[in-house]
Amino acid sequence: MPSWLPFEWIAAARFLREGRMQSVSIILGVSIGVGVIVFMSAALAGQQANIVKRVLSSQPHIVLLPPQETARPLRGDVAEAAIVQKPLQRMRSLDQWQKIVEELRALRPVAAVSPLASGPAFAVRGEASRSVNMQGIEPESYFRIVPLPEKVVAGSPRLGAQDVVIGTDLGTDLGVTIGDKLNLRVASGLSATLTVSALVDLGSKFVNQRTAFVALPTAQALLGLPGGVSAIDVTVRDIYAAEEIAQQIRGATGADADSWIKTNAQLFLAINAQIIANTTIRFFVGLAVAFGIAAVLIVSVVQKSKEIGILRAMGASRGQILRVFLLQGAALGLVGSLAGCALGAAAIVLWGELVRNPDGTPLFPLDLDPKLFVAATLLATLTGLVAAFVPALRGSRMDPVVAIRG
Amino acid sequence: MARAVLRLEAIRKSYNPGTPTEVEVLHGIDLELGEHEFCALMGPSGSGKSTLLNIMGLLDHPTGGRLFLDRQEATDLDDRALTRLRGRSIGFVFQYHHLIPAFTAHENVLMPMLVDRGRPDAGMRARADELLESVGLGPWRENPANKLSGGQQQRVAVARALAMDPALLLADEPTGNLDTKSAQGVFDLMREASRSRGTTVLLVTHNHALAEQCDRIVELVDGRIVGDRRV
Repeated sequence: MPSWLPFEWIAAARFLREGRMQSVSIILGVSIGVGVIVFMSAALAGQQANIVKRVLSSQPHIVLLPPQETARPLRGDVAEAAIVQKPLQRMRSLDQWQKIVEELRALRPVAAVSPLASGPAFAVRGEASRSVNMQGIEPESYFRIVPLPEKVVAGSPRLGAQDVVIGTDLGTDLGVTIGDKLNLRVASGLSATLTVSALVDLGSKFVNQRTAFVALPTAQALLGLPGGVSAIDVTVRDIYAAEEIAQQIRGATGADADSWIKTNAQLFLAINAQIIANTTIRFFVGLAVAFGIAAVLIVSVVQKSKEIGILRAMGASRGQILRVFLLQGAALGLVGSLAGCALGAAAIVLWGELVRNPDGTPLFPLDLDPKLFVAATLLATLTGLVAAFVPALRGSRMDPVVAIRG
Repeated sequence: MARAVLRLEAIRKSYNPGTPTEVEVLHGIDLELGEHEFCALMGPSGSGKSTLLNIMGLLDHPTGGRLFLDRQEATDLDDRALTRLRGRSIGFVFQYHHLIPAFTAHENVLMPMLVDRGRPDAGMRARADELLESVGLGPWRENPANKLSGGQQQRVAVARALAMDPALLLADEPTGNLDTKSAQGVFDLMREASRSRGTTVLLVTHNHALAEQCDRIVELVDGRIVGDRRV
């Protein structure tokens, strides 16, 4: 009996030790529950991060576009037209885009900003031609949004005025490889003959067949946007805040700002549905853990009624009895959650070792995030404390005479 | 008579008061126990002895009358104050020893002091050792309570009841489950405590031989004191 331990801690520890089979059983139950919660949380986070990484590694989080042109029918003395035709959306530059870029770069939630001039073009080589989306970029800033160098399959992502980086499938379709010449032609008839400096895999055959990156000035010249840009790509630090930030940017600049959440609405809904399903499962596992602890302590209070009566006769207050049982609940939650964290960590490590892609890489990475373990431990301990409250209250309110009589 | 440690004035106790099934089991008990007094309480089963003992021990509330313990009126105290007064002024020895099996003999004796002061200290340990020695169980101090014989357990219970050096020791048929020799041994321990420590003892017993060794015998029948004599 250590001198530094208060009475309540000593009694709680002894009661748990006395009913060791019950204690071990419930600790096992809590640890399995916490292990499941830890593993599922890590799996959800890993899977989401993996999906988001795959989807967002080849697109910006927010795209700023010039506001759409609207028809402005004359009013007043002139008769109003019955039908107002929607105007054509011309290729236009974002007004004062340099100033907008500077403003965006100064925003704390924004991680990277890159202007680009993009539009439709034909990639022509001899008799073969393919329609492509030509993207004129500033390599230094664009690579911070879409890490093209990581996606290079052949060559180097050099983008001088005479260079072009194309998708792997476009290269196959046109029969070009590194160092070959390729002609890019736009609808106005302007064209440029460029050298293929790199082939990139953007993760989708469709995208790989239709993408060509050129230097920003080259695209500006071809698209008739001298000194202008058709869009500004933005990457933000918190991807789930992208829509909120897009709205702020829209309000501040007047430009159309679309977040990935809006443009990938189905994906975002699917991720949300997964989060809800996972949270529901974790909630019910937590509930099962709480009821398990409560059941064991209710039995314990009944079994220990004589001891409670004796302690009350000796002068133990209701508060002391309450704390003895609350501590037991917290201890069961704490020990169970520590074991559960170890179990969850082992499952995460095993998952990484056993579940792999055909090429031997992990299916998706699961992080051993210390925050997750701390949160699971705190939550399970708190659950134990809350679950113990009713039995503890019952014990503390026992009439000592009735309790002693048993 | 010596200073009164316990005084009961017209104590009444009813079960289900205010209902058609109300039953009064104590009908106005007046009783005074002085310092050093060793008193036996006798009576047939159902006479109200245990109810009276529970009221004296501040474990139960009377429905009428007044109770003074150590010159302090306890009738209207709240649960917190009653608990504190009970822990510091009253020691209990029950028919079934009611030791806590999760603790050793030494820890059981330590328990009332631990409950009162919160943390164990060297002084408390020494006192528990001294009490265990005084009941002849020094060598068994580390034995779990449930590994001792019936007589030994009841001796530990007596040592535990004396741990806080209470003014009043209430013993509810403490020898009821013991053989004659063990019963006499436990009785002698309480007698010695009364003499050496000045503890007032009220012993509920059916054993006439033991009762005759007390200073005073009070008889209770149907919730009324029908006899009170000095031995």
